Amino acid sequence: MLEILGLLAQGFVVVFEPQNLLLIVVGCTLGLFIGAMPGLGSVNGVAILLPLTFLVPPTGAVIFLAAIYYGAMYGGAISSIMLGIPGASTAVATTFDGRPLAKQGMADKALIGAAVASFVGGTISVVLFTFFAPPLAHVALVFGAPEEFALMMLAFATFVGLGGDDIFKTLFSIAIGLVLSAIGFDIISGEPRLVLWGITGFLHGVNFLVLAIGIYGIGEMLWTVEEHALGGGKSMLSDATVSVERTMTALKDLLRTWKSSVMGSLLGYFVGILPAAGATPGSLMAYGIAKQISNEPEKFGNGAIEGVVAPEAANNAASTGSMLPMLTLGIPGSPTTAILLGGMVIWGLEPGPLLFVDHSEFVWGLIASLYAANLVTVLINIAFIPVFIKVLKTPFTILAPIIFTLCLIGGYAPTQDMHDVWLMIVFGIVGYLMRKLDYPLAPAVLAIVLGPLAEPALRQSLIISEGSFMIFFERLYAGPIMVTALILLFLPVFKRVYDRIRKPRAPAEQ
Amino acid sequence: MALLMGVFSIYLMVKSAELPIGWIDEEGPGGGTWPFWLATIMLISCGGIIYNWFRKKGPIATSNKTYIEAHVLGDVAAVAVALIITVALFSFIGVYGALPLFLIFYIRFMGKHSWKLTAALTVGVPVVTFYFFEITLKIILPKGVTEPLFLPLYKMFL
Amino acid sequence: MLKSQHTLWKAIWALGISTMLAGIPVVGHAAWEPSKPVEFVVMAGKGGGADKAVRLMQSIIASEKMAPVPFTPVNKPGGSGAEALVHMKGKMGSNHTIMFTLNSFYTTPLRQPGLGVDIATFTPVARMAEDTFLLWVHSDRKDINNIAEFAKAAKAKGNKWIMAGTGKNSEDNLLTDFLNKAYDLNMKYVPYKGGGKVAKELAGKNADSTVNNPSEQLGFYEAGTTKALAAFTDDRLPLFPGAPTFKELGEDYVYYMQRTVVGAPGMSKEAADYYTGLFTKVFNSDKWQEYRTKKSLQGDLLTGDALMSYWKRERDVTWSC
Repeated sequence: MLEILGLLAQGFVVVFEPQNLLLIVVGCTLGLFIGAMPGLGSVNGVAILLPLTFLVPPTGAVIFLAAIYYGAMYGGAISSIMLGIPGASTAVATTFDGRPLAKQGMADKALIGAAVASFVGGTISVVLFTFFAPPLAHVALVFGAPEEFALMMLAFATFVGLGGDDIFKTLFSIAIGLVLSAIGFDIISGEPRLVLWGITGFLHGVNFLVLAIGIYGIGEMLWTVEEHALGGGKSMLSDATVSVERTMTALKDLLRTWKSSVMGSLLGYFVGILPAAGATPGSLMAYGIAKQISNEPEKFGNGAIEGVVAPEAANNAASTGSMLPMLTLGIPGSPTTAILLGGMVIWGLEPGPLLFVDHSEFVWGLIASLYAANLVTVLINIAFIPVFIKVLKTPFTILAPIIFTLCLIGGYAPTQDMHDVWLMIVFGIVGYLMRKLDYPLAPAVLAIVLGPLAEPALRQSLIISEGSFMIFFERLYAGPIMVTALILLFLPVFKRVYDRIRKPRAPAEQ
Repeated sequence: MALLMGVFSIYLMVKSAELPIGWIDEEGPGGGTWPFWLATIMLISCGGIIYNWFRKKGPIATSNKTYIEAHVLGDVAAVAVALIITVALFSFIGVYGALPLFLIFYIRFMGKHSWKLTAALTVGVPVVTFYFFEITLKIILPKGVTEPLFLPLYKMFL
Repeated sequence: MLKSQHTLWKAIWALGISTMLAGIPVVGHAAWEPSKPVEFVVMAGKGGGADKAVRLMQSIIASEKMAPVPFTPVNKPGGSGAEALVHMKGKMGSNHTIMFTLNSFYTTPLRQPGLGVDIATFTPVARMAEDTFLLWVHSDRKDINNIAEFAKAAKAKGNKWIMAGTGKNSEDNLLTDFLNKAYDLNMKYVPYKGGGKVAKELAGKNADSTVNNPSEQLGFYEAGTTKALAAFTDDRLPLFPGAPTFKELGEDYVYYMQRTVVGAPGMSKEAADYYTGLFTKVFNSDKWQEYRTKKSLQGDLLTGDALMSYWKRERDVTWSC
């Protein structure tokens, strides 16, 4: 314990060198803007700025990259709340309540909530990281395919209640998302699969961002165009204001959401640690659970601040968590940490169990910089909120073409393929039409993220067990997770049956 | 819509069946199994949606709200068509040729803002885009025939 | 099958650019140099061995100012490289598109003739290394210290013995087939996404053995979690002196993975010469040599016609398998 604190103190000495502090501030600010762009996320920031880091020593470089990473995680929430476009898969859950809040003129409250929750999530997870890295690394190591599939089931289960009332439409939405995620090539057999109409662009699959920007960007904007035309030219994007008093009230309100943020932080951190899971399932599960434990679950989806706080705490906690398998196992928990891993190779640092021993200066410098980056980003973020609010007040007919522009470029940037831009337009228009018919679209977007994680895990497990589903129940970690998932999955059914038995004639026939 | 989607589900099922959809010895479920059964679920859902519609039970079937009002349709369609044309132009006259056209169309003709503002944004947005994406992030956007114009800029900045 | 309007457009586009480039007079430059950022396609996903190598080369080029323009990596991992190959085919005649390839460069076109990709049309630039394969087990298996004990243990467990690898028909699968045949085993092959994941499955005891590259297992090996039993190379690797080659063990079997830079089909002679010169410089740089030593990479620099005939030879060997 004392030893750890000593190492941490050494780390802080490294971080507080003027050059490194400057790197944190610049990195956080850059990350914030990159993250706020639809289509660009921490992956872009970290990947592209990697070559720049050769100008500074490895410790400085990783501090800079970690700062960009954190900044971008915060930034993702900004476009989710203000525009309703999740900038990255990790910020999808934030749109569910962030966007309604913004539409009700409470964008400032949502933004502050997101920033503070991110800070809480980041801090709790770094503390956990500091003291419990080695035992948790062991858990990550023994987590195999059956455990991964059980975890994905849990993620789906926490989300049953998300769809609308029409069960068929919800089911359809989940299924189409999963099928879309299967496009590309089958990683088990290595063969191309579902290359629709033989178009080669489908070989690289349907990127999550293409669907998300299509539905939430193009589709949502078309929806807003319609509302705008109906409303006779009034800006429908948001009636936002910001003031010191409002900020103070918002902060006071946030105190009441501490349960959600602590729950989100812990959950996000543990899910983040598991290799390949990453921050997205963590934030989704946090949202689902926040709804389950809430006293007013009906407010979720219509602007509940807990619905912003829980996923934001979780995704920041998870991004810290995903550093753990990267450093100790050399397994990136997210695409961004994959790039960081590449950086470490370039600097001549070998990730693995020995990294903590051989390069303790590097590791503790990184951990200390996570503390610092967290604090810096929350301050910068809150300072910028009035600017963001001002942007929202721009007339709709000026803001709309600029958002469309960002969507088009954002759709092109991840794969640099025009095919994806076309696909995004198709998703946008089809998504708009489906939304008019009350199809819930969020399940499709979530399914496309979870599908590629769930399918290989399921198939690998079945190969190992020779087709027996018992493999999900027999194992030490998989069993309890799977049982929990099934209970959550069927809870609404039980509840309905229970209610019916208890008060059989309560809803009078009319 | 459900009918269309049902047809699409069948197409997906056929497409999935191009890969083995059964159990392969020593290899587990074939590559097409997962999407095939999911596409089947899609088809069943479509059936359910249509059934509900016939019984007039769904929220849509029972509401008497018009699907979309005529004068609004014009606006939405105009924007959608403008987007399609813009993307089509990306490949020919490049992002920096197509974007200004889109901006002029939207700001001037949809938004009815002054020419002065239109001009400022038409120039400003692409310039900021170039600085942010191409110079800072090194994401090279499609240029089409305008490519040679950018060669000196690359020399200067990259 | 995979022809599309989209590819056609790209071809038209590429044609337009090249015609125009040809029309621009080059002033004051004797030798050809790239005039816009070079697209550096990676035939694999982010974070894998190939991706790391590309980012290292990119950084060497940038930090030692070897080129006037930046090289921007673009990952196209789809369909065991099929996506990347089709993309390159669409860039016919481009002087600003290069790709970093693996063995799937020649195995994927063989397996998927529908792609219509002929690797003979691609422009050879430079083979930067050949990666090696070893047979790995967990260090806790005290009963397994050599290939004979491995064969005995694996045989006892029959098809409950799990060999983790990177996808069906991949290099790992080929090597597993070889082991099954040579030692009369019935190991079960379970495909995972990427070599890093495979290495972790072994370290976490969710698999019994793997045939990872050294770079993928190095972290666990150094920590004493896993050990190498034998190498699929001609000579013992300096990093793993305790692991005999299969040749020593009486099996005439070697297998390497190429790590090669390829230019777009129909690239001009001047551009091809430029990239060959550039990557020769990268190859000889201290950083690249250090990386080769650390990751136990083999294989000399190979360029031009020698590289092309190497591909053709390897392709024919694969074809005959």
